[in-house]
Amino acid sequence: MAKVVVVTSGKGGVGKTTSTAALGAALAVGSNGSPGKNVVVVDFDVGLRNLDLVMGAERRVVYDLVNVVQGDAKLSQALIRDKRVETLSILPASQTRDKDALTPDGVARVIEELRERFDWILCDSPAGIEKGAQLAMYHADEAVVVTNPEVSSVRDSDRIIGLLDSTTAKAKAGETMAKHLLLTRYDPARAARGEMLLTEDVLEILSIPLIGIIPESEEVLRASNLGSPVTLSNPDSAPARAYFDAVRRLQGETLEMQVPSDRKGLLSWLFGRRVA
Amino acid sequence: MSGGGIGGGKGFLSGLFARRGSAPVARDRLQILLAHERAGGSEGQSDLIAKLREEILEVIARHVPIDRDKVQIKLDRGAAMTTLEIDVEVPGLKLGGAAAAKSVSQ
Repeated sequence: MAKVVVVTSGKGGVGKTTSTAALGAALAVGSNGSPGKNVVVVDFDVGLRNLDLVMGAERRVVYDLVNVVQGDAKLSQALIRDKRVETLSILPASQTRDKDALTPDGVARVIEELRERFDWILCDSPAGIEKGAQLAMYHADEAVVVTNPEVSSVRDSDRIIGLLDSTTAKAKAGETMAKHLLLTRYDPARAARGEMLLTEDVLEILSIPLIGIIPESEEVLRASNLGSPVTLSNPDSAPARAYFDAVRRLQGETLEMQVPSDRKGLLSWLFGRRVA
Repeated sequence: MSGGGIGGGKGFLSGLFARRGSAPVARDRLQILLAHERAGGSEGQSDLIAKLREEILEVIARHVPIDRDKVQIKLDRGAAMTTLEIDVEVPGLKLGGAAAAKSVSQ
């Protein structure tokens, strides 16, 4: 049965779009033991779309979510199939309209149709807690809450968790939505030096289960430069491995939690220092 | 861990080349995208695409019956040239399954 997952955070810039792309691609290619799934990543950030750019599909957008919601295009015409992974598609947001172009009924229809075609539907939420963010989460079965180990991000995540538990279709039906914490931009060295909130601190405050810890890495910027999810551009890199683990947990596996790290030579370390 | 070099488990040299690689790609992608978005915006462009689609389909429909829902439109925005590809499935036609009309704009 298809699963609708909203990737949300409240705060902007914490890695929702990056994570949507990386998780979607990881689900679609599969990993040892779990075969690739049919996946669509949906951009709900109407007016400020960016998932197309991060996925490297920006040149190929013809129709978007708003066109489908308003009946100007068929879903099949708006879906863009990824050129690298056959089972991965993207449904872009509109760049020219505003949030009001999406209607709750229209979004419901599109989500229903997506459920028939795909195993996983990952909805990239806009930042904030207003209409756009609420529409992105409304039909979700589960939520991935992207959080940085930083005070304002944790506070906003707490707010979003409250909304997930009160304003979604699941909440209104009296059910609880499964929520997963994805900790991004985590720097184990700084956390060890007491300069960054510890994973345990964040978990204790938000009290939702942890699905992954994505280490701060230059590979993430490189991936977005190239227009490729990091799980495709460098699947062996530390952040990619963390995303692959997160995807296995999302599918119900129990894995030991660890923060993958990249082994580096002295020279590349020096070089990295100089440029950074 | 922090501020480390690129390339994950790869060697130093490949890390060097990878570093040089990604920023120019990002710049080129943005330049192409923004050139299109600034020039009339995506709205104008999608209007043009809709117009082209309607007129091309009209011409085809004059000769063979077509199912409007089975029309796939693909676009590839490039720096010098944009390719618009319109795939039309022609159910009644016995020669092969599909006919394709291709046109280039800009």
